[in-house]
Amino acid sequence: MFDLPPALHDWFAAKGWSIHPHQQAMLERADQPCTLLIAPTGGGKTMAGFLPTLAELADGRHEGLHTLYISPLKALAADIKRNLRTPVEEIGLPIRIDDRTGDTPASRRRRQRADPPHILLTTPESLALLISYPDAERTFRGLQRVVVDEIHALAESKRGDQLMLALARLQTLCPNLRRVGLSATVDDPQAIAQYLAHHPQPCEILLADPGPAPDIRMLETEEAPPWAGGGAAYAIPAVMQQIKAHRTTLIFHNTRAQAEIFFRNLWLANDDALPIGIHHGSLDRTQRERVEAAMVRGELRAVICTGSLDLGIDWGDLDLVIQVGAPKNVKRLVQRIGRANHRYNAPSKALLVPANRFEVVECRAALEAVRDNDLDGSPRGPGPRDVLCQHILITACGGPFDADALFGEVTSAGAYAALSRAEFDACLGFCATGGYALRAYDRWQRLQQRADGRWQLRDPRAAARIRMNLGTIQDADLIKVRLKRSRGGKPLGEVEEAFAATLTPGDTFLIGGQTVRYESLREMTVEVTRNAGKKPKIAVFSGTKFATSTQLSHRILEMFRQDSWPDLPRHTAEWLALQREVSELPRAGSLLIESFPHQGRAHLCIYGFAGRNAQQTLGLLLTKRMEELGLDPLGFVATDYATLIWGLQEVTDPAPLFEPRALRDGLEGWLAGNAVMKRAFRGAATIAGLIERNTPGARKNGRQATFSSDILYDTLRRYDPDHLLLDITREEALHGLVDFGRIEEMLDRINGRITLRRLQRISPLAAPLLLEMGKVPVKGAAQEKLLQQEAAALMRQSGLDRLPQ
Amino acid sequence: MTGYDFTLAGARLTALASGALWWADHRLLCVSDLHLGKSERHARCGGSPLPPYEGRDTLRRLETLVTALDPATVVCLGDSFDDDAAVRALPAEELDQLRSLMIRRRWIWIEGNHDPAPVAFGGETLAELACGPLTFRHIAAPAARAEVSGHYHPKARLRSAARPCFLLDRSRLILPAFGTYTGGLRSSAPALTALMAPDALAILTGPTALPVPMPR
Repeated sequence: MFDLPPALHDWFAAKGWSIHPHQQAMLERADQPCTLLIAPTGGGKTMAGFLPTLAELADGRHEGLHTLYISPLKALAADIKRNLRTPVEEIGLPIRIDDRTGDTPASRRRRQRADPPHILLTTPESLALLISYPDAERTFRGLQRVVVDEIHALAESKRGDQLMLALARLQTLCPNLRRVGLSATVDDPQAIAQYLAHHPQPCEILLADPGPAPDIRMLETEEAPPWAGGGAAYAIPAVMQQIKAHRTTLIFHNTRAQAEIFFRNLWLANDDALPIGIHHGSLDRTQRERVEAAMVRGELRAVICTGSLDLGIDWGDLDLVIQVGAPKNVKRLVQRIGRANHRYNAPSKALLVPANRFEVVECRAALEAVRDNDLDGSPRGPGPRDVLCQHILITACGGPFDADALFGEVTSAGAYAALSRAEFDACLGFCATGGYALRAYDRWQRLQQRADGRWQLRDPRAAARIRMNLGTIQDADLIKVRLKRSRGGKPLGEVEEAFAATLTPGDTFLIGGQTVRYESLREMTVEVTRNAGKKPKIAVFSGTKFATSTQLSHRILEMFRQDSWPDLPRHTAEWLALQREVSELPRAGSLLIESFPHQGRAHLCIYGFAGRNAQQTLGLLLTKRMEELGLDPLGFVATDYATLIWGLQEVTDPAPLFEPRALRDGLEGWLAGNAVMKRAFRGAATIAGLIERNTPGARKNGRQATFSSDILYDTLRRYDPDHLLLDITREEALHGLVDFGRIEEMLDRINGRITLRRLQRISPLAAPLLLEMGKVPVKGAAQEKLLQQEAAALMRQSGLDRLPQ
Repeated sequence: MTGYDFTLAGARLTALASGALWWADHRLLCVSDLHLGKSERHARCGGSPLPPYEGRDTLRRLETLVTALDPATVVCLGDSFDDDAAVRALPAEELDQLRSLMIRRRWIWIEGNHDPAPVAFGGETLAELACGPLTFRHIAAPAARAEVSGHYHPKARLRSAARPCFLLDRSRLILPAFGTYTGGLRSSAPALTALMAPDALAILTGPTALPVPMPR
């Protein structure tokens, strides 16, 4: 039995606290090289991670850095600093604690490198920056422990891969470094443990008591949800009642646009003027911080939010979580519900609000998955090579390196354990010369090999550029939105540049819960005025769109096999029964396709259940094939479960459309020129260090500030189709926005079995698709025609077409 | 060749969808801002190693035009090379490609701000060229008339697609950049709105040449 140092023990006793069993277990395993703790929110997880550090530092004999704490959120680092300082100061422990993020002033950052604190709280990006300095060895001398918080979130992104490569570097500098990961509930703890461990060392998994099962239900409303859409406006009165009946409610949405619309509707119904806030990633940082602070002080009764509050500090008084819209992913739902776990050992309370009729089915399936503790997750592929390229460049910034040693280091990170030497060398080659089939840069290599065989930057000044472009977070091209004033008005948030480009003066849109009027675009800032009266015409700024997980899709298909659905509300059960009567319900083992005429067009509905992104890709690929076959497709729309295509000709034999080989060729050929692929390429090219991020300063002079990644992509495809970055782009296309992996999964599942139902009119299950937003016209010849029409119209309107030219 | 026909100071010209200018009466082909050697200069100045294929791509597109039109005169309207060192570092294949294009025709290099020195491998190097009613120079002179220039790499947006474009009013024509790795300056930039008359056109390049009122 490991005991706390007396001072700490007394402090706990004085507070009347006892140590949780998992905190004690962490103390006992303090010597282990790697430990993963999985504990629910509110379980004192962070304290469990830090207790061994406090115990080891209590005698004041340690010099230099002892523990590195890494969290995905800057705010979390700052918050932990406050929370840790309380016991340290009250007990009078001789421990220095400091945080370091992108917001830390340069002077303090310099001081931290020269004279590091005992405990440094930071983010993956700030850590990568620290190891890029030649004095990293001195900074990290004496480091004993690293605590990775919210590792379940990091492990799902390239930020986590970058972090693990940085830890591999640290392990070389500090061979006795011990690793601790803190995680929320996950589907596969073993995978996270392997991800965290210094390969091939083991990593022990500690499971804390998960506490009582959550109290989770579907919200019952008088009005049935609508057939389509995602606003859930019908539920506003019922949600308002729930807010009134609870102390503090957190209301999650899947997209920022939906959060904005919901907030507006809720505000219109807020007759008692309850304090309600909104929080999402497009809002200005100061606005978000104000909402967070008000939340901590317990001043807000509800906060409308998106994934922006999936992680972060625990709000004390949170007693209800509402998820609006289908949860899409059971694991994330469980983690969100956990946010309401305000007291350890009290059940969290959560409500699901389906936004449309189909989501009722999905919510039901999700409730059952939560009850069965059947969490979804797809194993991540091998460590992404664009991140590795950046790591090689970062390593070079720190000084000359030996390729063999670096390869050994990199493969000690779990995600890169299976990396071959050839793959590593290709990445090194890319960093050095670009790795082109045409060897053009032998004179101007970025990295060059010295006489002693080690690699170094040819031009040491390149280090500053590499550091400036460090990190793996992909921002879309965002531009700020400000209130128009004489001297720079209040910042409201950000919108995507593509959205801003569609605005004309007088257009109104929602941001931060207010309706604003677009006035002008000045120096890459959207200037707006308040315009409360008018109904907003446009409200889109695309955040992440999650696709329904494979596991949840399978559960829905399972549910369809039932004879009846007593667990579903009557309106939904009757809808499914009607579908079975006039057509049939989709099944897992075959692909249901319906064809029917509607409003003079032939329609084809493909129930692939592959998730929104894959169904969208399927729409692109199928319409392309249909065009080739002379079936005259005109457009399509995709949801998480189906793609609906309309055109001039009826499809009577769908099998040739679903030839796996033809679909794969389609991906390689036509889709490769698609904007989504170009976006994936831009991401990979930015992370790998081929193109530089758009910095605000570089944007101002406009011309030639940045290279168009689209042109680089087209050039590579034409002249160097086997280039590393195209290979990485193809790998990315299996997941994310293209999600071709899900199409492959569907093809495997149906194994050539296709059922075509030729109907006389639209089926009950297909009807909601006609009401969906986001219809995609089939481009190609038609797109050019549209441009010509618009150009002609503009010429006519302006009278310029009558001028002699 | 798809293009947009217009007259400037009495000269009947065609803005080709590919971004080049064709003057059929003189069998004169004009391209601007090739920026050959751009990727080499980028790497030399400490930038990342960009795909080194933009020279052959630019020349391939130029070759298509020259083969189709068989011009008597080709005018390169300045910034043909990214800098002097880029000229010297031009790969042998690209040099051969360029030389074969130059055979049997008058080839004029107009001096740009990137390439002030005369080119060593043939053609005439001029500060500007007067031909019929028109003057060809790299950077537009605000008071000039009947002028054809380049330099600004103009681009314009229609239905949220930004494309390189020609800018045209009664006094002048500005060509888009022809080089593969060349960014663009929005037609709404002050430098361009100050230069062009209020009724100016932007002629978008791409699959077809599309004239629209110049977006400001």
